[in-house]
Amino acid sequence: MANSSEKLRGADIFVRALKDEGVTHLFGYPGGAVLHIYDALYKQSAVEHILVRHEQGATHAADGYARATGRPGVVLVTSGPGMTNAVTGIATAYMDSIPLVVFSGQVPTHLIGNDAFQEVDAVGISRPCVKHNFLVKDVRDLATTIKKAFLIAMSGRPGPVLVDIPKDVTADMCEYEYPQHVEMRSYHPVIKGDSEQIKRAIKLLLSAKKPMVYTGGGVILGNASQELTTFTRSLGYPITNTLMGLGAYPATDKQFIGMLGMHGTYEANMAMHHCDVLIAIGARFDDRVTGDLEKFCPYAKIIHIDIDPASISKNVPVDVAIVGDVKNVLSEINQQLGAQTGSIDQAAIKQWWQQIREWQSMNCLRFDRKSDKIKPQFVIETLYELTGGDAYITSDVGQHQMWAAQFYKFDKPRRWINSGGLGTMGFGMPAALGVKVAFPEATVACITGEASLVMCIQELSTCLQYDLPIKIINLNNRYMGMVRQWQEFFYDKRYSHSYMEAIPDFVKLSESFGHTGMRIERAVDVKEALQQALAKKDKLVLMDFITDQTENVYPMIAAGKGQHEMHLSPERELA
Amino acid sequence: MRHIISLLVENEAGALSRVAGLFSARAYNIESLTVAPTNDSSMSRMTIVTSGSDNIIEQITKQVDKLVDVIRVVDLSELKHVERELLLIKVMADSKLRAGIEQIIASFNARLIDDSDNICTIELTDTGEKLEKFIQSFDKNNIIEVVRSGVTGIALGKNILQV
Ligand SMILES: Cc1ncc(C[n+]2csc(CCOP(=O)(O)OP(=O)(O)O)c2C)c(N)n1
Repeated sequence: MANSSEKLRGADIFVRALKDEGVTHLFGYPGGAVLHIYDALYKQSAVEHILVRHEQGATHAADGYARATGRPGVVLVTSGPGMTNAVTGIATAYMDSIPLVVFSGQVPTHLIGNDAFQEVDAVGISRPCVKHNFLVKDVRDLATTIKKAFLIAMSGRPGPVLVDIPKDVTADMCEYEYPQHVEMRSYHPVIKGDSEQIKRAIKLLLSAKKPMVYTGGGVILGNASQELTTFTRSLGYPITNTLMGLGAYPATDKQFIGMLGMHGTYEANMAMHHCDVLIAIGARFDDRVTGDLEKFCPYAKIIHIDIDPASISKNVPVDVAIVGDVKNVLSEINQQLGAQTGSIDQAAIKQWWQQIREWQSMNCLRFDRKSDKIKPQFVIETLYELTGGDAYITSDVGQHQMWAAQFYKFDKPRRWINSGGLGTMGFGMPAALGVKVAFPEATVACITGEASLVMCIQELSTCLQYDLPIKIINLNNRYMGMVRQWQEFFYDKRYSHSYMEAIPDFVKLSESFGHTGMRIERAVDVKEALQQALAKKDKLVLMDFITDQTENVYPMIAAGKGQHEMHLSPERELA
Repeated sequence: MRHIISLLVENEAGALSRVAGLFSARAYNIESLTVAPTNDSSMSRMTIVTSGSDNIIEQITKQVDKLVDVIRVVDLSELKHVERELLLIKVMADSKLRAGIEQIIASFNARLIDDSDNICTIELTDTGEKLEKFIQSFDKNNIIEVVRSGVTGIALGKNILQV
């Protein structure tokens, strides 16, 4: 701690506060408004600054870092265009409730509102996509504001917080002391669930004949995987995870019946549709999960555990609502459940499992294994096998993202990192870079498509500069595949602007950035190529897999349909 | 259903735009919004008149409560409460109209605050509904200008909105 009579410049206070907050990595890009801060960074070594190549990359890298570690991701950008470039990444983090603290430079206080050079209303622009934001007008408020920003980002339902710092504030001097605690009378996230509601939930759970456990990203954010696993195993009920929740429960466990939702498994969606008691844990009944709300879980009584009261009964009315931290609530449920599981109607549950096994036997994720063309599913399946299911996998947005979610079986939380809420193309590679910064020894792979990858391709430079040998699995179908799929199904195959003409030579591209590139064109070469790439521990390898252009993601629930109305494949239309 | 939501917010730059922004971003109705400091200068009190189904009103109060600058939220409509709104109205007042105007003022318990240039400026504080009726009592063609403050309200008795 600083000696309390010591006077520091705002820029030094900034750096000291980060250090005292325990921040070790900062993703950023300099500019006029933050030059004092960059000067302060130059003179210290406690906080490592990672220079990205575009501010969007900084936010995604910090986001990947936060998702993988559970610690806040920290970003520093300059005013004006630096801040606006960061907005996509901030919104991405906001939609998935990821704790980021983003510092933006601002023009000096006396110029605010003057249309000064590189001035934007950062607080105004970011307001709808942050959990909270601050403009620091006085250097004496700087340390406390930073403390508040981290507290707000990390507690309750996490989210990004922006702190806008005018340049003069970083030059002004004041005494530095980093507060141990800050109190905000307007901010008190609920931790403990109501015990009456918990009792009601348990009673309902034990009475179920066709129960279903449906969990989302909240379990991962709340570090409650262990509690969830204990809970689910002690009941013996089937469990499904959302796209954001994969890894919260081991995917290889026999109680896990796959992801649910638009591209979820047949068995998970059918079980949702037919269940009589549903417990939703840290999930928010997103439209990609529920399909048509009118047809959602028509027979179920619903229990919902969530830290955000506003998530409860937002889309779907629930019967038992428990507001609280999932880890806390699940531990209490587990404690009380202990002796009572004897009253479960085992005969009914057995029958329910039989029904589910029948749905599973449809083998909804099957694909053509005999094709000479590279099937994208096969690439992911092979990657899964070769990495023992233990890699950090980031993804972009499109078909490849859905296949990654379907075919890589995540047994651990925080291993599957993707932009589920905002669906931001360009997220995957910088996010992988951020994960690799946090875990230099781990295998980190980005599963992407040729359209998504180029959206933040400049970050290949960052990977070189900081020696971040991630693996890029480019499932190159020469299409914006997901767009093409919708155009095929819903627009009579009018492929309007979904075809990627003038695709770069990804091998040369990777090489020009100082990395390794590989092109793989035949199914028989997939395994060996992956083995080779994974063996190059100290090289970033961009693997350009030329995949079957016509492959579509199945199963699929079309917009406006219910969970029981899935398309299984072109040959196997149901419903 | 029409609801009156009352909030205590931190008296900070941006608090108003956070609340107003939330309403527009989530497409909630907003009939009126008033805001002013309280006896504690660190806090402002906001009153929002909105409408929507029970579900939507529940979402509105939860979403507003989630804003970090918002200290307390209450739906006054659920409690015994009063609502008041201030109206200032200017009407033409030549000699032919004067008697009628005086009659309307008397029957609504309004107050004449200025009479110049053949124009009467009148003040009335009452519920929104009463203000509506008051305005309708005048011939449309004689109304020159109308300004309303938006509704404020307070719960009665021991229901108190405080920190
Ligand atoms: C920034 C951004 N722009 C547009 C979209 C809409 N979009 C969703 S998927 C997709 C195509 C993605 O193509 P590609 O990265 O090649 O992946 P594929 O679907 O072929 O696997 C598009 C354009 C988006 N999600 N994000």
